Amino acid sequence: MANRTIVASAPHIHGPQSTTRLMGDVIIALLPALAVSVYVYGWGVLGITAMSIGCCVLFESLIQKFLVKGKQTVTNLSAVVTGLLLAMNMPANIPLWIVAIGALVAIGVAKMPFGGLGKNPFNPAIVARVFLLIAYPVQMTSFAMPSTEGFADAYSGATPLAAAKAGLLNFGEYDILGMFTGNMAGSFGEVATLALLLGGAYLLIRRVITWHIPVSVLGTMAVFAAIYGAFSFDTPHLVSNFAIFHLIAGGAVLGAMFMATDYVTSPMTTKGMVIYGIGIGALTMTIRLWGAYPEGMSFAILIMNSVVPLINKYIKPRRFGSKK
Amino acid sequence: MKTFPIGGVHPSDNKKWSKAKAIEPMELPDVVTIPLAQHIGAPATAIVAKGDAVKVGQKIAEATGFMSANIHAPISGTVTSVDMQLNGQGLRQMMITIKREGDEWAEGIDLSTDLVKECNLSAGEINARIKEAGIVGMGGATFPTHVKLSIPEGKKAEILIINGVECEPYLTSDYRTMLERGEELLIGTSILMKAVSVEKAVIGVENNKPDAIAHLSKLAKAYNGIEVKPLKTMYPQGGEKQLIAAVTGREVPAPPALPIDVGAVVCNASTAVAVYEAVQKNKPLVQRVVTVTGKSIKDTKNLLTRFGTPVSALIAKCGGLPEGDNRVLNGGPMMGRPMANLDSPVMKGCSGITVLSGAEALRGEPSACIKCAKCVEACPMGLEPYLLSKLSKKKAWDDVEKNDIVSCIECGCCQYTCPANIALLDYVRLGKQTVMGIIRARNAKK
Repeated sequence: MANRTIVASAPHIHGPQSTTRLMGDVIIALLPALAVSVYVYGWGVLGITAMSIGCCVLFESLIQKFLVKGKQTVTNLSAVVTGLLLAMNMPANIPLWIVAIGALVAIGVAKMPFGGLGKNPFNPAIVARVFLLIAYPVQMTSFAMPSTEGFADAYSGATPLAAAKAGLLNFGEYDILGMFTGNMAGSFGEVATLALLLGGAYLLIRRVITWHIPVSVLGTMAVFAAIYGAFSFDTPHLVSNFAIFHLIAGGAVLGAMFMATDYVTSPMTTKGMVIYGIGIGALTMTIRLWGAYPEGMSFAILIMNSVVPLINKYIKPRRFGSKK
Repeated sequence: MKTFPIGGVHPSDNKKWSKAKAIEPMELPDVVTIPLAQHIGAPATAIVAKGDAVKVGQKIAEATGFMSANIHAPISGTVTSVDMQLNGQGLRQMMITIKREGDEWAEGIDLSTDLVKECNLSAGEINARIKEAGIVGMGGATFPTHVKLSIPEGKKAEILIINGVECEPYLTSDYRTMLERGEELLIGTSILMKAVSVEKAVIGVENNKPDAIAHLSKLAKAYNGIEVKPLKTMYPQGGEKQLIAAVTGREVPAPPALPIDVGAVVCNASTAVAVYEAVQKNKPLVQRVVTVTGKSIKDTKNLLTRFGTPVSALIAKCGGLPEGDNRVLNGGPMMGRPMANLDSPVMKGCSGITVLSGAEALRGEPSACIKCAKCVEACPMGLEPYLLSKLSKKKAWDDVEKNDIVSCIECGCCQYTCPANIALLDYVRLGKQTVMGIIRARNAKK
């Protein structure tokens, strides 16, 4: 066996990418936003994050070992990503037992029954979030108010989107910069828009994601909001404030950069990605403006997830040689 | 700077191992084995028998029909057998074996190194000489050059493209040829222009070879209608269709369309030099430059090698195989063919022997497809490798065909880029071969 001549077909070399490395990059990209959450809400959010990631990894490895009876897959870090995203979609004062139930739904219902990574039709973290929102509406919508002193989870307040829905927000003078840097109520991972954009830029530079989904989601939301605003407000200043508000409020950036771009549940072609992104943007705004919930990003992504197989079937990449 | 329009990957070019090594002649082997099938098309027919004495450059096998190529003796000596032998892949194939005596060339071959610039032959005469010399595409595809130069009725060539891209990592044989045989390359290009009656030729070279670009650009000033075009480095730019698109912006439509349908004729840089030798020096194709390279090869070289020389002799000259597991490739790491039998001969299409050793030689463990779409992004033909591989696995041949599998050029970008280490091209290749068989059978019935 000493000097074997190995015969295998071409290509004989492989690029630097691996599933683990891609997932690792997503985790790295989420760290700035997590850091801002700690600064804004205190150390408690790390407890929620640890609980969520720990439960996701534990459930996946147990299911893989005792039910699937296959090789362990947790080393690909996809369960860590799911856990991290799930945590970041929760209020900063959520009870830990609800986090554990969320992790069970994400891994045990949305991911593993379909065959694990790569086979699930819906984004596991969002399925879990929506489940929790319906099952525990009170806990899932009692948001801790950010405090400059930190550790302020005694107070709870309305998110900007909820305030806007109730007609309590003055679009002339809301705090754009504060919202942009994390000073708003909401799921703890979604508030730090600037940090999320930073993470998104990292993913783009590392070529983990392409621009197609984030740009089409956010672009559609902006256009949608601007059109709606044009009918509702008198001054261009208010219209643009309204559009900007919708891009930085709620889960717009977290959803567009990190949730809608989930490989498994998004289309395979760039054309398909743009269609999918436009669908998410339009549905999100529809729900925000006319739906029962103040925020629609999660529902919009789930609905568009269900369209992905259809998009993949009918939207083909441009074949070489098709140019006239 | 231009490149091709869709997909592509950017593997580390690894040319540093052998790019500084000037071309040097490989010692003449004592015995050569010459396969009769060294080109695309019908194998040549042997015209010598056991016991015949042959000289270097003497024709020993004749093209069988139009789509075939002549083969000439690469050494002088005695034919010892015309029989089945093992080829590089370990399959039995018809070969002529010659035992060497001296190095005596056939009559009428100009062995001097003097440049012959004038060429007053007609297009037909040029093509006849190229056919006689047994020239085939030397980039690896081994398509008979005289077939390529015979423009079909009703079509017209508008541009000749010389492929100096050498996008395959590691290989440097075309690069060294462009640097050391630049004049011959340009004269060969002029001759090819005359053969297909075009006014314009473009030599495409990737910008990772700036010295070759500078050298050829300087020389090209003395030739009419020849332009050297630097291209942005991207694999697989050396693919015929990719190169045409990079140079002209035109895309060759899906098979069965050919480059001539967009007015292009493409020849490899080393082929142009071979054309020069055949037409101006009456020298048939009996040798070529072979890069012997690899991170663990002690003394990498670019060797001017007579055909039929055993690959093992080249490797031995470069310090031998590294200890441990190795993959020995006929060609480069992206498209090279793995060799099972290292005593098999160097042939017309062998631009290099790449040795990957140790961890480089092992395939990664495949895991589940995460639908990251990187294969779709990388495919230079705009196909969906994940889908083609999945459908081929399921043997859904109708769907495989509908999704344009025959357009696949087997460049390997999909598999190179797959983060899950899935052997995409293995399945796609299987699917493509099966579908092409189905199409052939269907056409035969008509």
